[in-house]
Amino acid sequence: MHELAVAQALVEQVDAVIDQHHASSATSIRVRIGPLAGVVPELLATAFPLAAVGSRMEYAELEFTHAPIQVHCQTCGAETEAAMNRLLCGACGDWHTQVISGDELLLESVELVMDPPHPSHLALPPQNV
Amino acid sequence: MCDTCGCNITPGNQHLAFKPVAKGATAVSVLKGLLQKNDDQAAHNREHFDRRGILAINLMSSPGSGKTALLEATLTALKNEFTCAVIEGDLETENDAERIRAKGVQAHQIVTGTACHLDAHLVHDALHHMTLDGVELLFIENVGNLVCPASFDLGQHLNVTLLSVTEGDDKPAKYPVMFRAADAMLLTKTDLLAVLDDFDCDKAEAHLRNLANPAPVMRLSARKKQGMEAWYAWLREQLAAQRARVAVGQSRRPAIQSDGMKYHRVSAS
Repeated sequence: MHELAVAQALVEQVDAVIDQHHASSATSIRVRIGPLAGVVPELLATAFPLAAVGSRMEYAELEFTHAPIQVHCQTCGAETEAAMNRLLCGACGDWHTQVISGDELLLESVELVMDPPHPSHLALPPQNV
Repeated sequence: MCDTCGCNITPGNQHLAFKPVAKGATAVSVLKGLLQKNDDQAAHNREHFDRRGILAINLMSSPGSGKTALLEATLTALKNEFTCAVIEGDLETENDAERIRAKGVQAHQIVTGTACHLDAHLVHDALHHMTLDGVELLFIENVGNLVCPASFDLGQHLNVTLLSVTEGDDKPAKYPVMFRAADAMLLTKTDLLAVLDDFDCDKAEAHLRNLANPAPVMRLSARKKQGMEAWYAWLREQLAAQRARVAVGQSRRPAIQSDGMKYHRVSAS
């Protein structure tokens, strides 16, 4: 239900990336969402077109990278996969674990259509893109 | 992290940055939190609090689990000890802020309209309507909701999640994102346990441990003044810890967020 707010934040971020790289539009956006982030990818995919209307990413494809839940056990040191409501060590069963993957909410990468270079940019060193 | 010079690209994630792209398009790696703007604002709010030595606590729970009743009892009990202030979040009405003001405590009501959670910008706006000088403890009562509020940092130092005994002891298993975020879990309305046969406090605590959360669990009834001393002792302890941090120029984020910063490997598996 809060995915529209997340979609709006995503549009703002991609907009900043487009500006930063002097691009004209984004064609593909990849986000990485773990189950523990509290954001449902399907709902974000539904909300994104609403947030992106009229923007420079209106026709961009939104892609998701799945982030499986993994925990690091502080007791035995094992790294194992875990279920969302059972973040126990898969090796020794202890609950003293740290989530090392599965709660991400990340804008991973964006594909941009570049503007033709402006004469004023030609003198600058090449950008790391 | 920096996204201008490329220093956020590591051996673990560079394949994301340089994947083959459609002709005429260029892929750029970003690797920034989706809610970066909210998080930046939250960090700014936290600076506001730290500069004044305020401890900010975010109260989260389902609607009707007793957040406002807990505050009423707490503000009355600590009246002569600390200067408190409250930010209330609700979809509609000024009711909760009025209940707090009736206790002689400064309160600002955020009316979210339809928004299901508070965010850092709403809290920042609220701060500018308040007098923070002299305030030691700031409670932010989030919108009653066990889902959305957990995903938005407000700039608080601690998350306190309430679970009333009328709700069911398996709520931490059903809403893991919320309960994983708790720095303390309060089992409220425990005076009703006598007439309920289906809530087991130990089970609720076991479900919380299954989320790898070591947070203290306190059992209390704000109405009947049962178990409140442990909660007040925890608040005193946390305020002392905040003062110690401020004295050495440090701050604190709710537990899972700082863990995330420490343990995250930003790479695809």
